Amino acid sequence: MNINATLIGQSIAFLLFVGFCMKYVWPPIMQALEERKKKIADGLAAAERGRHEQELAEKRAQQVIHEAKDKANEIISQAQRRGNEIVDEAKGDARVEGEKIMAATKVEIEQEANRVREELRTQVAAVALTGAAKILSREIDDKAHTDLLEELVSQI
Amino acid sequence: MAEELTVSSHIKHHLQNLAFGRKHELVDEQNNLWEPTGSWGFATSSSEAAQMGFWSIHVDTMLMSIMLGTLMMWYFRSVAKKASAGVPTAMQNFAEWIIEFVDTTVRGSFSGGKTTFVAPLALTIFGWVFLMNLMDLVPVDVIPFLVQHTTAYFVADLSPHEVYFKIVPTTDINAPLGMAVTVLLLIIFFSIKIKGLGGFFGELAFQPFGKKMLPFNFALEVVTLLAKPFSLAMRLFGNLYAGEMIFILIAIMYSAGMVIGSLGALLQVGWAIFHILIITLQAFIFMVLTVVYLDMAHQEHH
Repeated sequence: MNINATLIGQSIAFLLFVGFCMKYVWPPIMQALEERKKKIADGLAAAERGRHEQELAEKRAQQVIHEAKDKANEIISQAQRRGNEIVDEAKGDARVEGEKIMAATKVEIEQEANRVREELRTQVAAVALTGAAKILSREIDDKAHTDLLEELVSQI
Repeated sequence: MAEELTVSSHIKHHLQNLAFGRKHELVDEQNNLWEPTGSWGFATSSSEAAQMGFWSIHVDTMLMSIMLGTLMMWYFRSVAKKASAGVPTAMQNFAEWIIEFVDTTVRGSFSGGKTTFVAPLALTIFGWVFLMNLMDLVPVDVIPFLVQHTTAYFVADLSPHEVYFKIVPTTDINAPLGMAVTVLLLIIFFSIKIKGLGGFFGELAFQPFGKKMLPFNFALEVVTLLAKPFSLAMRLFGNLYAGEMIFILIAIMYSAGMVIGSLGALLQVGWAIFHILIITLQAFIFMVLTVVYLDMAHQEHH
């Protein structure tokens, strides 16, 4: 175990290795490590942002759904109202129309009845006259019988 | 000169590095007198290695440490080339795990501004020291045995016992001390860079007791300064040296029969598992303390 020139050789070898390490080993690996660190940090930040955005989107979606529901309800109630209105209107129209038809029919019936009555009256009068003429041919008392006939006609 | 294989020679053999330097030969055995032969080569005994002096080199330490360092840098570089911010591969994941760990540790203890130098430095220390320590878990005899016998096979006049090979660079004091000395130089460099030459020497001379006690301050602060790298090196070396020594001792049990041999096997497994902790911990401590020392160098004391 002697101290000799190996000491110097070892010092030189040591310095050479340190120099090599400093120049060709440390910087590239450190750089790769730094880059990866940055990449991971970026990835995590992006993930965080993504989650945040998703939350916002969910909230927005819920809001949209809510609004849509409200709108749908409104539309439905409007439609119902409108339907009722239409039904009511139709009912009113129908009633008016019906009444009109009824009135027209009544008038027609009345006219018909009057006409028939008039006809009947003239026919009864004719029958009565014929009857009267027959009676007269036997018994002439115009005066008494005419009164009777008049009364008869008015009673029809 | 082939030594006889005894327990002590086995241990000694394991503790000797493969030294390359000026060859010496024993000329006077009684007075233990060595003379240089004038040629260069590998030491064939511990005593010869000791004679080689400062200007010799431990080839095994250099070879293993540079190989392991290159392996580590190759791995991290191959990851760095393909590094992307996308889904990482298993290879990339592992490298990133280590780098993140080192980065967190450095950021936790370094407050001197940018970590563009300190962090790669910390990573290099952690990875390199860990790999060098990890060699301690390779069974102590395997690689030395292979190296010895292949070398002896190819080099005619060499017996396997004259070839030394240690595979754990951190159990050679030169490796931890070399790193620690570099750390010391870095401490001084950053101190001067941040605080200026005056600031650095002022720190050494004018505290903790003020201007009147200048020599005393200086002695104290220089010791403090030198203790930092020295303790770094000693802690790592001591832990690994002791750990390896225990592996060597356990390995010796294998030669003592079936019963003690199997006990040794159990012990080896147990010690190896425990040693994983030491290996990692020592690499971590070396890294953290280096960062802390450099942080201190960046701070102004008043």
